[in-house]
Amino acid sequence: MKLFLSLVFAVLAFCNTSVAQTAADLVKNVKAKMDRVNDYVATGKMKTDVVFIKAPVANIKSYFKKPNRFKIKRDGGISLLPKGGISVNVSSLLLTGDYTAIDAGQTNLNGVVVKIIKLLPLSENSDVVLTTMYIDEKNLLIRKASTTTKENGTYDMEMQFGKYAEWGLPDKVVFSFNTKDYKLPKGITLEYDDGTKKPELPKNKKGRVEISYSSYIINKGVSDDLLK
Amino acid sequence: MWSLLKIELFKVFKRPRTYIAFIAVWAIVTLIQVAIYVDGAKYMDFVLKDVKDNFDVIGNPLNGYFVCFIILQTLLIHVPLLVALVSADMIAGEANMGTLRLLITKPISRTKLLLSKFLASAIYALILLIWIAILGLFVSMLVFGTDGLMNAKSYEIIILNGNDIFWRYICAFGFAAIALITVASLGFFFSIFAENSLGPIVATMSVIIVFTILTTLDIPLFQSVKHLFFTSHMIGWKGFFEMKLDADGVSIPGTIRNLPAVLKSAGILTLHIVLFTGAAIFIFKRKDVLS
Amino acid sequence: MESIIKVTHLTKVFKEVTAVNDLSFTVQQGDVYGFLGQNGAGKSTTIRMLLTLITPTEGEIEIFGYNLLRHRKEILQNTGAVIERPDLYKYLTAYETLELFAKMSGIRVSRQSLMEQLELVGLAQRAGSKVRTYSQGMKQRLGLAVALVHNPQLIILDEPTNGLDPQGIADIRNLILMLSQKLQKTVLVSSHLLSEIEQIANRMLIIDRGSKLVEGTVSELFSPDDTVIYIETADNNAAAQLLRSGEYSSSIITTEASGIELKLRKDQIPALTRLLVERKIDILGISARHSLEDYFLKITTANQHVEPFKN
Repeated sequence: MKLFLSLVFAVLAFCNTSVAQTAADLVKNVKAKMDRVNDYVATGKMKTDVVFIKAPVANIKSYFKKPNRFKIKRDGGISLLPKGGISVNVSSLLLTGDYTAIDAGQTNLNGVVVKIIKLLPLSENSDVVLTTMYIDEKNLLIRKASTTTKENGTYDMEMQFGKYAEWGLPDKVVFSFNTKDYKLPKGITLEYDDGTKKPELPKNKKGRVEISYSSYIINKGVSDDLLK
Repeated sequence: MWSLLKIELFKVFKRPRTYIAFIAVWAIVTLIQVAIYVDGAKYMDFVLKDVKDNFDVIGNPLNGYFVCFIILQTLLIHVPLLVALVSADMIAGEANMGTLRLLITKPISRTKLLLSKFLASAIYALILLIWIAILGLFVSMLVFGTDGLMNAKSYEIIILNGNDIFWRYICAFGFAAIALITVASLGFFFSIFAENSLGPIVATMSVIIVFTILTTLDIPLFQSVKHLFFTSHMIGWKGFFEMKLDADGVSIPGTIRNLPAVLKSAGILTLHIVLFTGAAIFIFKRKDVLS
Repeated sequence: MESIIKVTHLTKVFKEVTAVNDLSFTVQQGDVYGFLGQNGAGKSTTIRMLLTLITPTEGEIEIFGYNLLRHRKEILQNTGAVIERPDLYKYLTAYETLELFAKMSGIRVSRQSLMEQLELVGLAQRAGSKVRTYSQGMKQRLGLAVALVHNPQLIILDEPTNGLDPQGIADIRNLILMLSQKLQKTVLVSSHLLSEIEQIANRMLIIDRGSKLVEGTVSELFSPDDTVIYIETADNNAAAQLLRSGEYSSSIITTEASGIELKLRKDQIPALTRLLVERKIDILGISARHSLEDYFLKITTANQHVEPFKN
């Protein structure tokens, strides 16, 4: 989720320091559309699909406030959210604005024609190697963003839009990422073996987190306490 | 029978030794709570060492439910010692004191005498467990608050919703009761052969420790026979902290992943109770009392 | 008279050791029945069989006319016992102990009657003290109170005076006599001391190595015809000569430099002493003991290999 926003802000920042004119125009327009959202509270359900995490669907609330404050909270429970947010990858781009944007043509994504824009960080220290955005030019919506990092593989984010499309806010976000192996020594856990077959854990298995938003409350103000 | 049981309970709770267990449980539980209060984050880091690089945790994983889980996991290894302290003393202790011969000259059948003694040690185990529940669950809930529970297993992490946990603890404590009574019956069984209580206490603990180690060792030979050890079934309470999955692989709150397996474990433990106690009564009925 | 205990051909074999061998005896109602034998003679094993602590290998036990194993509960309801040291729960008070065993015997007893029982054994003052604070004698008396709390008809006491001081022994002896004479209880009491049994029992049984040696009434067994007299005089040789020549010749058992041993009726002793005095043989000492005592001493010392005292 954070990654999504990070990407969005990366895009916004990108508008001001555009290198490739066509890409810059497009991103500027996307930014303008999204800039109308000062804050929001979104209600949704989160589904985690990671091979070693067994979690029920979680009822969540997302809080957002300009410029880049974002928080997910859930009702009486714990969730593991994939990292790869602001600090790890795109935030560096956002903060330094030190990147090159390349128009990489267009493609068809789930029946929608999208423009591919690649962002290349200029700094050699950046963990992010490449960010690719698939932007729906007609509706000014980011349909998909894909970030490749040196350490943590590739993060993908796909968005589906519905009634909040006019604000550039998705109804559904699907976040895909690489997971490391997970293992704890049995002596620590004192396992109960109920005969259930243990899943074979494939190396570099992709994990997915899916958030479906049912409603947004937009520009009605969000208390700072909720963003702590 | 009831009045005999009352007499046995009276004796159990008149002895200072009985309260050692309650103090020990209080001490262990408090230690764990203090340790988690002070240093819980580090423990969490260890559990999540493979996860925290890729994931952010939202919610408060270090809550009362998690603390109770740690306490139960730790205590259910140690509490058998405390249960054995009383149950293994039931007959051997009387033999050692020289009161056994007096009891047997009373107009009570040996079967009834032994049953009342076994029930007294079972009730003691239950009261000890309630004590653990009060300190381990309720005090932890008060001190650490409640939230969801992360049940970290060796190959997966199960995340339970906050409102889907308390009933699981009730079931888990019910299961733990059966497990502890199994220990009580084992101690009780050893108790009939000895004339001082140390032997049966050590024997009971040795069985539990050796079996637990064998169960924990990841050696294929032991893994294939571990279901034969009753100690593998004693941790069946953890089965209540797993959920069924739907077709999409999403956990369904309010379900138990493998209830039949948990019930089977409970059944196996109950069978052990009947076996140990039955054998104790069978042998003791024919035994010459020379103490 | 009704027989309270009837033991027939009782045998108990522990692995290779025969602890009790074909033992038969009968205890009548109202008896104080002395059960005598050295340590290891089989007394405790027999008593434990009477109380269902040990299962006999062979033989039969009837108590109150019922088979013990078939009517265990009824019989034990009417039997009280102290077996060896009466070890009790150290963490209970005397009152709690007594109440507990009353309940185990299946009776409800009022506080007053429990206190009366404690009064009887002289522990009423210490009723509220924990048993751990009691002396051995007090524990013994509390043990007796436990044996009596349900008012049994038969009381079985296994070495009740073991480890007691002379006052304690006298207390227990008086208590047994009181139970028998005032309360008409039947008492079976074991001991390895003849003198103790002799003073309280009306009938007795001596066993050795699991087998019966003698059984009978104390008056029969301690018949005055069977007295062994040991005389020490200033001139033992002269005395021996004198006695050998007269009517006592057949009574002499041994003559030694230190003294002379004779077997006489008790009433012959005055004439004997007169004779010696008349012949001017000074008597330095005279002791009379019963031949049974002599016999018992022999059997109880025969198996004891005590190194003689060497100066």
